[in-house]
Amino acid sequence: MSPQTSNKPQTIVDRIRAYRQGDTLPSVVLAAYLETTRSREPEVHAYIDIFEDVASQAERADDLVKEGRFEGMPLLGIPLATKSNILIKGKRATACSKMLENYIAPYDATVIERLRKAGAIFVGSTNMDEFAMGSSTEKSYFGPTHNPHDLARVPGGTSGGSAAAVAMESVPGAIGTDTGGSVRQPASFCGIVGLKPTYGAVSRYGVIAMGSSLDQVGPLAHTVADAEILYDVIRGVDPYDSTTYPDGVYPVVDTKDTYHIGVPRDFLRKGIDPDVLARFEASLEALAKAGHTIVDISLPYMEKGLAAYYITVFAEISSNLARYDGMRYGLHVPGKDLLCDYLETRREGFGKEVRRRILLGAYVLSSGYYDAYYRKAEIVRTLMREELAAAYRDVDIIVTPTVPTPAYKIGEKEDPLSMYLGDIYTVPVNLTGVPALSVPMGTVDRDGKSLPVGIQFIGPHAGEARLFDIGKRFQGEQ
Amino acid sequence: MEISEIQHLAALARIRLTDEEAGAFAAECDSILAYVAQVKEISTGGSAAPSAGAHKNVLREDVETTEPEAYAEALLAAAPDRDGRYLRVKKILGETP
Repeated sequence: MSPQTSNKPQTIVDRIRAYRQGDTLPSVVLAAYLETTRSREPEVHAYIDIFEDVASQAERADDLVKEGRFEGMPLLGIPLATKSNILIKGKRATACSKMLENYIAPYDATVIERLRKAGAIFVGSTNMDEFAMGSSTEKSYFGPTHNPHDLARVPGGTSGGSAAAVAMESVPGAIGTDTGGSVRQPASFCGIVGLKPTYGAVSRYGVIAMGSSLDQVGPLAHTVADAEILYDVIRGVDPYDSTTYPDGVYPVVDTKDTYHIGVPRDFLRKGIDPDVLARFEASLEALAKAGHTIVDISLPYMEKGLAAYYITVFAEISSNLARYDGMRYGLHVPGKDLLCDYLETRREGFGKEVRRRILLGAYVLSSGYYDAYYRKAEIVRTLMREELAAAYRDVDIIVTPTVPTPAYKIGEKEDPLSMYLGDIYTVPVNLTGVPALSVPMGTVDRDGKSLPVGIQFIGPHAGEARLFDIGKRFQGEQ
Repeated sequence: MEISEIQHLAALARIRLTDEEAGAFAAECDSILAYVAQVKEISTGGSAAPSAGAHKNVLREDVETTEPEAYAEALLAAAPDRDGRYLRVKKILGETP
């Protein structure tokens, strides 16, 4: 059970109720959060910038709360943290890279515009792996974030700052991005809820691109109900992102009294921590006891997803990051001629993991290797999508642990491949475009500390409502 | 991978690397490529072709989507070097011998 069961954190739902009842005001609530931030931030390092206008944002929210202007503002007076790869007009958007260390966003991302209209208060930008490449938030240009549950350990990544900001209760909710698990995996490591929406559910306009066919913006919060409130605000068609989809593209996914829940057993046979597996089995028992039917399923292509994922993401990274040329924005390191401007700027501006992935992307896309790697990965991706569609004819939801292990120690995974292997359960979700929700399923003990672990509910395309339904019931019944 | 291969990729990707760095990347890239090469072994049936699922091309009218000048100054201000409304870069054409 979570260490917080006796002392539950205040949720977005709690705060909204208190504002509506006239019990408190946003500036009072914000002051308490900032006090927590002051005491915990020096050891956790969840944030890159705390915004200087946060108090004035709260005062404006105070006025609206006093006037009772809740209609159409579902997040009125709710402080949120946002990942540093999401643009907020006039604020620094670094993606935690030296390349963008001093980059000021010229416009709001669509998700920011929607949160702003909904009344949210933007507290600050959070730490992340550089350009969202990594799984631990150790690869930030600004140094690592520490897990609030055990400071010697990573918070997960790449949205590790957003997850830690919520877990240390400096905000009740945060926004991250998820390309291969970057919302769900830190949610699992930090003991909170994280959603990767269906590809195209949320606009990517104003979000610094990594893998454009995989990236989605998603919420992090203490409860499923809070994640749902945030999701409802940020989702929807955006004319500035042609991959956002209108209603009707996917069949309606209904909620049910009880669900058929598929467990891909072969997927759980190797590389999983025995304590995580035990928590997962106990969770399956709880779900069965609550009346759901648990069935074993086989997803052989999904098990190969990790290899296909990394090929795809390397390729998309090498294309997307070609834009950093030292001429239009970001870092500029002068060389002796134009070519050397490029070479020196990209050498100085990109960290090691970013350069490694760009090189691997250039490799898998080069002639002679394209068919063997990139095209083959795209075929596997198509087959995974078909395999999953077939599975959803028999089951309503698929479950796995979110991550095969609890949080590991900072510096423990120096070898890049060993870190990639931790993404085995999360990346198939991005490759196929379906939504998935990570919900805490208790803790495992390591070195005298209780470390949270998460269960991942995977739905069919546009199945978020079903995920929220099962997630809320699981959180209540656990 | 040979150091020369890594240096070739680095040149394509416009990143300067020392030979020492290229050597370290070569070893790491070898282990990563050995892992991702699993996809070559996956049996996909001869006729399988990549598809984009439910996604299709979306077109819009070729019209202005923002007010003229709404972002021009902010975007220009982000440039490392500018001359009025132009970005200043080093000359692109080489010297005539």
